[in-house]
Amino acid sequence: MAIQDRIVITGVGLTSPNGDNLEQYRKNLLAGVSGVQDFETRYMGKLIAGVCHYDPLKYQKKKDVRRGTRAGSIAIYCSHEAIADSGIDFSSADKSRVGVFLGITEHGNVETENEVYNISLKGYDTAFWTHHHNPRTVANNPAGEVTLSMGISGPHYTVGAACAAGNAGLISGVQMLRLGEVDVALAGGVSEAIHTFGIFASFKAQGALATHEIAAKASRPYDLDRNGIVVSEGGCVYVLERYEDARKRGAKIYGEIAGYAMNSDASDFVLPLPQRQVECMRLALARAGITPAEVDIVNTHATATRLGDQQESQAVREVFNETPTTYINNTKSFIGHAMGAAAALELAGNLPAFQDLVVHPTINVDHLDPECAIPNLVMNEPRKIQKVDYILNNSAGMLGINAVVVVKRV
Amino acid sequence: MTRQEIRQAIIDILADIAPDEDTASLKDDVSLRDQLGLDSMDFLDIVMELRKRYNVEVPSSDYPQLATMTSCLDYLSPKMA
Repeated sequence: MAIQDRIVITGVGLTSPNGDNLEQYRKNLLAGVSGVQDFETRYMGKLIAGVCHYDPLKYQKKKDVRRGTRAGSIAIYCSHEAIADSGIDFSSADKSRVGVFLGITEHGNVETENEVYNISLKGYDTAFWTHHHNPRTVANNPAGEVTLSMGISGPHYTVGAACAAGNAGLISGVQMLRLGEVDVALAGGVSEAIHTFGIFASFKAQGALATHEIAAKASRPYDLDRNGIVVSEGGCVYVLERYEDARKRGAKIYGEIAGYAMNSDASDFVLPLPQRQVECMRLALARAGITPAEVDIVNTHATATRLGDQQESQAVREVFNETPTTYINNTKSFIGHAMGAAAALELAGNLPAFQDLVVHPTINVDHLDPECAIPNLVMNEPRKIQKVDYILNNSAGMLGINAVVVVKRV
Repeated sequence: MTRQEIRQAIIDILADIAPDEDTASLKDDVSLRDQLGLDSMDFLDIVMELRKRYNVEVPSSDYPQLATMTSCLDYLSPKMA
């Protein structure tokens, strides 16, 4: 790989249901602290969801919060935090060489639902439909709000990639750096999904919405008693730079994007296809130039649907079948399914393992589904291992989209 | 509504639209745009809120009438009386 193609992570900004920065988030992942809670909705009453508790006014005025979207606000918070974490002197940076690339599962449903509700109070008179609707619902909104907030004049867009979007956003950032289009990429994913009933109602209609008497126990991937997905909001944005640029400025380097891959199942609207997941993971490993046995941690997508968990487990077992030092975990058991942010957040939770060599567990596994009994699955308690040189982050989404990122310790 | 009540109604709308600004000490003859940093989207918000709260229509040709508090009051008093 040419030196200018080596892309590294030098900053992390995030908000998750169980933490508003990497340190707090990681601490809770190691301590088994869930961020899933009861959540009141307009049409469906009390549900369970992952809710973020960051302070929007840390980086926005009240007017900006009012005018923009929740996804935009989350993206702004994460992007400012990521730049601050990177140590880049942003005030003197060339903003035309900075780009923003954010994965989204969907965007616009929240804002549209709100307006439909508002005009329902006025006899569905569309004269009461807000002029803010279009700028709020254009698909680039979350990334565009970041550029407005930070004075970034380089390219920005969102990447629609269902629940693989966090990885897809990250991959877009890597690609734009390699193309020479930008010198700094803010890349990752965001979700405001909990603020519209549609996603809950659709999962419920599909028989895939988690319920539990205790909210923190509701998200239980790989457990026989799981009953579906906990929908969450969240965001995670990385600062990506070329390795040489990061090294020259003495930046802290979280890891290098050693390989990635995206592909499509081409088989079903909803159901995943293990064989295509296998192909995606193998392609990412090949691009990273490593064998499966060299991977130390595999973070699985693991949404806590029976078929999804089982099929992904089958794919992971096939790729990592002779890999005695590869450990498996997942993150949705702590934070639910943060949709567009999921893959980005899930990678972030594992990055500190390069330093502390601890694999955070998946929690809420009381009765392991035998179909998900992958060797070295880290359950309920963290596990210290001998070395962490490579992390593979797997993700998949509806319409059969897969995205895998392999990160290497630098 | 009295002129004073209309003034308060406008201030309540402005407080929602420009929540970071001090709307209590507005000068009636200085442009709202300058005092509150309003842009065209904000003026559309004012128009929308007048429609929602008071069923008052402000056609786009009349938007200049909303420039200052005094001009707002002169324009809206007959409509909201």
